[in-house]
Amino acid sequence: MDVHEYQAKELLASFGVPIPKGAVAFSPDQAVYAATELGGWHWAVKAQIHAGARGKAGGIRLCKTYNEVRDAAKDLLGRRLVTHQTGPEGKPVQRVYIETADPFDRELYLGFVLDRKAERVRVIASQRGGMDIEEIAATEPEALLQVVVEPAVGLQQFEARELAFQLGLDIKQVGGAVKTIMSAYRAFRDCDATMLEINPLVVTKDDRVLALDAKMSFDDNALFRRRAIADMHDPSQSDPREAQAAEHNLNYIGLDGEIGCIVNGAGLAMATMDMIKHAGGEPANFLDVGGGASPQRVATAFRLVLSDPNVKAILVNIFAGINRCDWIAQGVVQAAQEVKIGVPLVVRLAGTNVEAGKAILEKSGLDLITADTLTEAAEKAVRAVEAARTTH
Amino acid sequence: MSILIDETTPILVQGITGDKGSFHAKEMLEYGSKVVGGVTPGKGGRSHLGIPVFNTVKDAVRETGATTSITFVAPPFAADAIMEAADAGIRLICSITDGIPAQDMMRVKRYLKRYPKERRSMVVGPNCAGIISPGQSMLGIMPGHIYLKGNIGVISRSGTLGYEAASQMKAVGLGISTSVGIGGDPINGSSFLDHLALFEADPDTDAVLMIGEIGGPQEAEAAAWIRDNMSKPVVGFVAGLTAPKGRRMGHAGAIISAAGDSAAEKAEIMRSYGLTVAPSPGEFGTTMAEVMATRRKAA
Repeated sequence: MDVHEYQAKELLASFGVPIPKGAVAFSPDQAVYAATELGGWHWAVKAQIHAGARGKAGGIRLCKTYNEVRDAAKDLLGRRLVTHQTGPEGKPVQRVYIETADPFDRELYLGFVLDRKAERVRVIASQRGGMDIEEIAATEPEALLQVVVEPAVGLQQFEARELAFQLGLDIKQVGGAVKTIMSAYRAFRDCDATMLEINPLVVTKDDRVLALDAKMSFDDNALFRRRAIADMHDPSQSDPREAQAAEHNLNYIGLDGEIGCIVNGAGLAMATMDMIKHAGGEPANFLDVGGGASPQRVATAFRLVLSDPNVKAILVNIFAGINRCDWIAQGVVQAAQEVKIGVPLVVRLAGTNVEAGKAILEKSGLDLITADTLTEAAEKAVRAVEAARTTH
Repeated sequence: MSILIDETTPILVQGITGDKGSFHAKEMLEYGSKVVGGVTPGKGGRSHLGIPVFNTVKDAVRETGATTSITFVAPPFAADAIMEAADAGIRLICSITDGIPAQDMMRVKRYLKRYPKERRSMVVGPNCAGIISPGQSMLGIMPGHIYLKGNIGVISRSGTLGYEAASQMKAVGLGISTSVGIGGDPINGSSFLDHLALFEADPDTDAVLMIGEIGGPQEAEAAAWIRDNMSKPVVGFVAGLTAPKGRRMGHAGAIISAAGDSAAEKAEIMRSYGLTVAPSPGEFGTTMAEVMATRRKAA
């Protein structure tokens, strides 16, 4: 799960990471009020979306007067901001963050990630702040400083101190940097984060070390014990169909193709999409109905897939282990009664109770195309789309 | 022969009195697995499905001599259950649970290293379908009847793609020595590489099918190991060719977030290390049949 910059910063501040003074605003008036409350004479007005590269896309405005703050907030709020990380449709800006803009000397990079190779937390730091870390890794890997944390004891003070000196900080700044690194590590660990990026981490003219931008992602599997973080979820930042799917415990990801997929198991769902592509078609979505799918869940899955106007055919592919083909077949029949399907439907059932499942489909008299294998199912779905295209 | 489990392997079911544990313990017994005990804290001394239930894994190991366990334990408590089994001396722990926090698995992996190699447990999963040595023993939640006994080893992240592979191989007359699901989480107990080494040493396995997914470095590491150490042919596949970058495709670990994470890149790495890559997920069986036929001709 992702959160907004201001939420990440508030969280980091609660662990002791120094941040510039700031406040969130939902309207231009609130933005101006926030600027007056914060004081100072320079403010940054920052669009809050779940994506990076906002600066280059015009999502961060430097303002010198209250009127400029108002205009910036007015311009940003309500628009969809397109950055190179959002995709062409962009993300809606519903909140802006107003921050005092202090002059600074240096921009550094500080990141924490759950490293799958090391199976530990990896701390990454660099003197090249403000740049994309992927870019630094590709062009100047020697500029990356790294520490892999021993999980039994956690990050140690000396490791943070070594990083601070390697970052070329002045002795007056090292204490602040160590505190920032240690506090950020604790926030990462204690909130079950999977990614934390402070870019840039700036050194001010008066030797303070501040998190000027912050990005955090959290482990969905750990939200059961991180209720405060779960509450930060902003549904406006995800596809409405995905949000609706999540409410029904279905895993759905919308794509651009024409063949809607309803599959059990994440691996088989990906493979079904691959097979459609291999057969010459394009999948409209990823959808895993999960284990123990009831007829109701299958019916919900149909409604979800059909809510995508690009869908020209549906492919149901079930290899039942925990699932049972007869339940899935009942779900298909129930969905056909409740929802007008209106596009060709290809069904492939295999595994537990497959004969019972096939019998239910046959008896229902539904107009559907059956298939016995994955290859056959994908080819039939692609052909059905092609046939529909030539007749229309 | 097979790897990891056979008909003599004594099995404990952790969480045997719960809905899922109970259902699958019954299926395993029906398949012929030697389930010798169950563990549910607070229900020790009872009998469930005719199997004795214990409060702790240590009690169960002492009374039954179990060497292997399967855990049906809810995500908040699953890591604890794995560590309890490891501490009690269980050698093979299969964790079915989907939804264990990644930092918990990080701690589990660190905890296992407390023990010297000769008594260290192997963990299979979490978020997996388990292990089956067809005709001998099932330690998992798969539909046992789709598996034909034979000489191909299967390692798959995904449970359902493992089923798909079994049914495609059955259709071309190829059977399976053992099929292992290593699970779809970002941090797995055991990797492709761990099981490839076991299959290489198993006299009854002639070839291996490994089915990976987008995300993580495991498939590439395994491919490099295969080139340097494996004498048996390996057919590979990586699911998720059409997956968009940065989106989690169902499995917590199935996300393209770094260079080398995509299906196309991993398949290319596999090819460059000498694996035969199945052209589509509909051709696991036929690709393996071709590889075996070429090998027979060469022999």
